[in-house]
Amino acid sequence: MTTLNAWLLDPNPKSRLQSRAGQTWLSWLRFRRNPLAMIGLGISVALILMSIFAPLLAPYDPIAQSLPDRLLPPLTPGHWMGTDDFGRDIYSRILYGSRITLDIVLLVILTAPVVGLIIGTVAGYFGGWVDAVLMRITDIFLAFPKLILALALVAVLGPGMVNAVLAIAVTSWPPYARVARAETLTVRNSDYIAATRLQGASSLRLIWGHVMPMCLPSVIIRVTLYMAGVILTAAGLGFLGLGVQPPLPEWGLMISAGRKFLFEQWWVATMPGLAIFVVSLGFNLLGDGLRDVLDPRSAGK
Amino acid sequence: MAPLSKTDTSDAAAQTSAALRFAKQSASTLFSLLITFVGLLAVTFFISRVIPIDPVTAILGERATGEQIAALTEKLGMNDPLWQQFGIYVWDVFHGDLGQSVRTRDPILSEIGRYFPATLELSTLGILIGVIVGIPAGVLGATKPGSWRDLLVRLVGLMGYSMPVFWLGLMGLLLFYGELGWVGGPGRLDSMYEMMLDMSVPPVTHMILIDTALAGEWDMFWNALSHIILPASLLGYLSMAYISRMTRSFMMNELGQEYITTARVKGMPERRVVWVHAMRNVAVPLITVVALSYAYLLEGAVLTETIFAWPGLGRYITDALLVADMPAVLGGTIVVGAVYIGINMLSDFLYRLADPRAR
Repeated sequence: MTTLNAWLLDPNPKSRLQSRAGQTWLSWLRFRRNPLAMIGLGISVALILMSIFAPLLAPYDPIAQSLPDRLLPPLTPGHWMGTDDFGRDIYSRILYGSRITLDIVLLVILTAPVVGLIIGTVAGYFGGWVDAVLMRITDIFLAFPKLILALALVAVLGPGMVNAVLAIAVTSWPPYARVARAETLTVRNSDYIAATRLQGASSLRLIWGHVMPMCLPSVIIRVTLYMAGVILTAAGLGFLGLGVQPPLPEWGLMISAGRKFLFEQWWVATMPGLAIFVVSLGFNLLGDGLRDVLDPRSAGK
Repeated sequence: MAPLSKTDTSDAAAQTSAALRFAKQSASTLFSLLITFVGLLAVTFFISRVIPIDPVTAILGERATGEQIAALTEKLGMNDPLWQQFGIYVWDVFHGDLGQSVRTRDPILSEIGRYFPATLELSTLGILIGVIVGIPAGVLGATKPGSWRDLLVRLVGLMGYSMPVFWLGLMGLLLFYGELGWVGGPGRLDSMYEMMLDMSVPPVTHMILIDTALAGEWDMFWNALSHIILPASLLGYLSMAYISRMTRSFMMNELGQEYITTARVKGMPERRVVWVHAMRNVAVPLITVVALSYAYLLEGAVLTETIFAWPGLGRYITDALLVADMPAVLGGTIVVGAVYIGINMLSDFLYRLADPRAR
């Protein structure tokens, strides 16, 4: 352990790998000192574990109905979060629901930031009219109220998870394009880019291999900070009946189902909302912590 | 004497050129507003043309004859080239024609005109609450960073970022209406007053608090207040999370400046240093923050209005969604988008007016 530590913290790294590993290790040490960020990390890891092991952890089937057990209050033996109007165990449904939530988040962060990254780097790298046109389009999308545009899109495409993901992605790429463009502008005129260009590298290779990697850290920070927003938007679409369809245990949909008997059986709407709250709080804390560690500009604050 | 008059004229020249630059910038802002708005229309136009629901069958129904379909397709201009259709679309929108609702057959703009005041009333009260609570909370955090009060403000703010607004609304109803009975339930008034409303209160502004106050119907006013206070506080909380966070960071930045140290060394009371000296400079970027959260509240209103049965624009859009009334949905989207752009531009303008450096 001590030798590993010494290797990681060696002030004169022998290889690129060692230097990178050392940097990562130092970042982790800084991250570890922030208790709120560690809580966020814990919640995020727990969410991932929950969704992987849902079949093992869930005591009941999330979809099969059992009408004799309908609307049991929390702390009933066997159903510690209670049951819903079809007699389904709420705890099991929340466990399986974490898979849907994670699916949506993953699909969105695999599309929107990538599109934003490409548009931003291309705009920043080429400048001129390419930049003007692309940034004008970005501004138009930024000017749109996101949720309303997503609503209109899903209304057109038809409800469902893939369409909800598409709608969220279409409305959320502009900030990434802005960030990527700003980063590109700072590196575009640096010597290493000029040197690579003199060696005959094409624009594509320059953007892909030398500009994009420089934009990645800021984009990643934005992604973590934005994950909570994705969860909330997806839940909102589900709540309005435009996202995942019943009987799937999507959290927003579960809240909307519990709304009918809110005043008599409060737990049906309350429990899934708590799940959404805890998970997005976790992502927010994680994002704040990562930003403090990875973004040197905010380190002092 | 001569040099003095020279500086005089150059000052005047500098002033006119500054005014000119300001006018020029405002004109270019206005131009980009126009471009953005047309871009927004391009998006809604595109959405409306890729709908799987065919507008012709939507109007005529499934059993129309081929002739009828051809006639209506021609009448709707759907045989024209796409760019021409878009031109007509933009022309119509600029002349206040957002089309007809499929559900009610009424012009969409006049329908929205009836729904919008309720949203405006709700979100304005919301932003007031957000500003009144959020700015002092942010200042409190900035003056004592790291204290338990600072942590509390940040934590409460972070919770606001992490809660689904529709769930928070349901929980608020459950607690303050269902359990405690402190506030009115969903809707703008109790049903008893709702019936009296049309008879005894002339709809001057269509905003219920103002209209009832103008008519001197104070019973009804208090009842309306008890209904609006929960959804407005909810929206206020959402904007407060953002406002307090930004106030804190602006104020911390400002308190590190040298002129603040000078003011403190002079022996100026801390309260005056913070609220008069620093606040003057913090207020400028805060304009943008408040404007942004106001625009954002219009969006938050969509889900909030659904929960609280609030007859506003958000509810109009979601109700139209449920019956697949696409022209109404897109019309609502255009209006919200236009207000959104307008508020952004206004904040840009105010910002440059307030900060001489930005001119």
